[in-house]
Amino acid sequence: MTEVWELSAAELGRMIARKETSARDVVDVHLSRIEALDDSVNAFLTLTPDLARATADDVDQRIAAGEQLGPLAGVPLALKDILCVDGVRTTAGSKILEGYVPPYDSTVVRKLRAAGVPIVGKANLDEFAMGSSTENSAYGPSRNPWDLARVPGGSSGGSAAAVSAGFAPLGIGTDTGGSIRQPASLCGVVGVKPTYGLVSRYGLLAFASSLDQVGPFARTVEDAALLLEAIAGHDRMDATSIPEEVPPYVKGLESGVKGLRIGVVSDWVEGEGVQPGVTERVRAAIESLSSLGAEIGEISLPSFRYALSAYYLIAPAECSSNLARYDGVRWGLRAPEAKDVVEMNVRSRTAGFGDEVKRRIMLGTYALSAGYYDAYYGKAQQVRTLVIRDFEKAYERFDVLLGPTSPTTAFKIGEKADDPLAMYLNDVFTIPSNLAGAAAISLPCGLAEDGLPVGLQLLGPPMSEGLLFKVAYAYEQARGPVDAPPLWGRS
Amino acid sequence: MSTYEAVIGLEVHVELATHSKMFCDSPTTFGAEPNTQTCPVCLGEPGSLPVPNRRAIEYLMLIGLALDCRIAPHSLFHRKNYFYPDMPKNYQISQYDLPLCVEGYLDVEVDGAERRIGITRAHMEEDTGKSLHVGTTGRIAEAKYSLIDYNRAGIPLVEVVSEPDIRSALEAQRYLTELRAILQTLGVSDVRMEEGSMRCDANVSLRAPGTEAFGTKVEIKNLNSIRSVSRALTYEIDRQQKALDGGDGIVQETRHFDENTGKTHSLRSKEEAFDYRYFPEPDLVPIEAGDDWIAEVRALMPELPRARRARIASEHDLTPEQAAFVAASPSSVQYFEALLASGTAARDAAVWMAGELSRALNEAGESIENARVSAADLAALIAAVKEGTVTLSSAKKAFQDAYTAGKTPLQIVDERGLHQVSDDGAIATIVDEVLSANEAEVARFRAGEEKVFKFLVGQVMKATKGQASPQVVDRVLRARLARVRVQEWPSSRLRRSEPKGSRSRRSRVGSWVSSRCRSSDPSSPSSSDRSRANTSSRIRTWAAPTWRAPG
Repeated sequence: MTEVWELSAAELGRMIARKETSARDVVDVHLSRIEALDDSVNAFLTLTPDLARATADDVDQRIAAGEQLGPLAGVPLALKDILCVDGVRTTAGSKILEGYVPPYDSTVVRKLRAAGVPIVGKANLDEFAMGSSTENSAYGPSRNPWDLARVPGGSSGGSAAAVSAGFAPLGIGTDTGGSIRQPASLCGVVGVKPTYGLVSRYGLLAFASSLDQVGPFARTVEDAALLLEAIAGHDRMDATSIPEEVPPYVKGLESGVKGLRIGVVSDWVEGEGVQPGVTERVRAAIESLSSLGAEIGEISLPSFRYALSAYYLIAPAECSSNLARYDGVRWGLRAPEAKDVVEMNVRSRTAGFGDEVKRRIMLGTYALSAGYYDAYYGKAQQVRTLVIRDFEKAYERFDVLLGPTSPTTAFKIGEKADDPLAMYLNDVFTIPSNLAGAAAISLPCGLAEDGLPVGLQLLGPPMSEGLLFKVAYAYEQARGPVDAPPLWGRS
Repeated sequence: MSTYEAVIGLEVHVELATHSKMFCDSPTTFGAEPNTQTCPVCLGEPGSLPVPNRRAIEYLMLIGLALDCRIAPHSLFHRKNYFYPDMPKNYQISQYDLPLCVEGYLDVEVDGAERRIGITRAHMEEDTGKSLHVGTTGRIAEAKYSLIDYNRAGIPLVEVVSEPDIRSALEAQRYLTELRAILQTLGVSDVRMEEGSMRCDANVSLRAPGTEAFGTKVEIKNLNSIRSVSRALTYEIDRQQKALDGGDGIVQETRHFDENTGKTHSLRSKEEAFDYRYFPEPDLVPIEAGDDWIAEVRALMPELPRARRARIASEHDLTPEQAAFVAASPSSVQYFEALLASGTAARDAAVWMAGELSRALNEAGESIENARVSAADLAALIAAVKEGTVTLSSAKKAFQDAYTAGKTPLQIVDERGLHQVSDDGAIATIVDEVLSANEAEVARFRAGEEKVFKFLVGQVMKATKGQASPQVVDRVLRARLARVRVQEWPSSRLRRSEPKGSRSRRSRVGSWVSSRCRSSDPSSPSSSDRSRANTSSRIRTWAAPTWRAPG
């Protein structure tokens, strides 16, 4: 018998709407599974059972009263602990926010509440979303449901692990350089990095403002599309929010890929440092799409070799400024017994931030310093322009680009922790979309030779989410059901 | 000692009078309880984002247009990064190398000549909160602890930066006065320096006359009034001159102006200067000022002070100085127009506004919109002077007293018995006293020394504390000196004109005062025909003891 926690969000939503089950029961099933298994996964930093049950009860009452609710009403969700929920502690995986309880809801949370989505907990992450493994969380790493000795990826590793483990069919992450797609890839789930400005950043604790974007995790493409519909849209609280209507993504899912031009990014599929099992699974996916009627071609994107370097100037520069407000004055950690305000600032920040965050603050501070700005930050912005141009040229020839999400499958906890550069290389295929503010999606395309999931990445121009969902859905249907992680055997 | 030329540039910060803050909906009310005018955005709560206030940007555009600036079609917000507890995000959103308004100018008049002061730029930024250092001195170094009020944090601030075109403290003063008048006219700011809604920093250096290169500059902070700017610059120019003459040279530094001592002292030198690590604010999109938007804002432009002054001067035939005062701000024009509406002649209105009203406002440190004497009450006083019931000097005194006492000038006139005395009999008594006390002078006059007459008039005026009608004094004195006996006026010529209804407030004052409170009939052809009530008992009443000259 299929367990409730194995069902897709769309299915659960339909069952709740038809009163075949209650939102309350669905939430309780997921909460007990979390209680039973999260000690070994560490997907959550804070559980919010009261909030989840209150939302579920409200949904049940409204359904009982004959109200027509959205398709995700009553479907549990794991929220990355970097989005504010009024009255719920928010840590961003950092000690510096110790005890911080935001006095307001992020726009995404406001929309989730409106959609009747119960938030079961706040998911673990690399501190301030800086990392690719959740090992930078001040509260211990999350573990991959496929192999508890391995990382779930990062920075949204907790959300990805939660969705993969069956703790919630839906998750919310943020993607600054791959932080949704890479953990989705490593945990064998679907992750979407929407167009910059499609989902409001209001209430998202900023890492790199010009790159950060909120997006969904799910186990199916349809669920991811449903969740993006629920959270996307213009927000007057975010000046960078796109003032356009959100098209319905789910409606067009089944229209197929016949005649679509798909460009395979050749340097990525056969590139240096790409695990053979990853290449093999991506090649198989390409054949599958080809047999569905897509026109496959190859493309090389020369500027992308500079993308990683540009990213590691822009993101730290913005983070050095964004994280300045964590100073011990207003909230969070305050180092005791400082003799003046400067000492209080310095000691609080020294004690509160982890190594990776400090490293990036220093990198960014340096890159923005008088006399270095043009050589570093200015140059990086030029590379960003080149990346955008390369994408534009590529989209003259192709509708969608394709490649792996991550060069490797999930690595062992501790394996790359002491080698920042090796860790940064995890994001080499995901970063260009962030620099270009474009859309991308990662979805499972089978297991590699090591038995771990491989992610297929589809990239499109800004506002191409509908197109990406359509291609992903077509492939997903052709692929058939994926294997479940070993953790599914436990309860 | 060599003479140097001062080179001065001013940076003026103006808080805009928008209802909500620059990047959020929080109100901008001044003087509210600490931390009540805040929200997650202006408190810099994690995750909050700025959204620009369109009205504030339009105000800046209006300022730029009024200063003949070019409005940049594409301008950016930057982040200015530095740590300070009253700045919630530890960076300030400001404009940096792409400000909205550039390359303008402001013409000011100095010593009758026109000077054009270049405006480098006018840009938008947000204000910081305020720290309160709790301890005996209120200084941060000795504070036991500090409190922060974020009500001011995020209030829209415009910075207007002048070119180093200003050459003296006086020019700086004129520039600031004109700039303030423009801002006031635009209605974009309260421009109250004492409340901090207008603040000024001055950059000053000296150079040998005729040279092009700038000397080492010093920045002066804490200039809380236009007068402070002038005082600080005067002091600083002198200090730098002495330092140069003494061969000490000038250190590039920031100096603090001490309001009490009138001196500047060093705050920090350039070596300690901050690196603000400016970079484009990624949470905001560029300001794209298209022609349509600019035209829309330009359409809101009111008549600017310069044009207003010219118009007022020509319409009412005023001198440039008078027009400058009357047209200083929209409120002063309103006051002027209210005076005219109450029947005051334009010249009289201008003279009173530039004279007594201006003095009273300066002494009270108030602006004209808060003037404690209304235009209608001042008009009544001016009318009384015209009618001859109050002398000009009494009226001035009554005005100043009314200002401090919070009463109308005519109330003061009544209460203090400052009405003009046109009563021949009463004045004759005083004249007689004066003549007998100054027999030598009388003799000299009669010997042909005409100038002694003035002295005698002065003595009479002094004895009447200025309340006597100068015309009556003149006439009576000449009559007495000509040995023409002044006849008792026949009773048939006694005329009492009734108090006008509008002056009913006079009925509240004491009877002995009211007995001389006759207003003249406005239709009377001359003052000599005016009230001539004369009974000896009345003379005695008011003649003693208040009028008697000491000794």
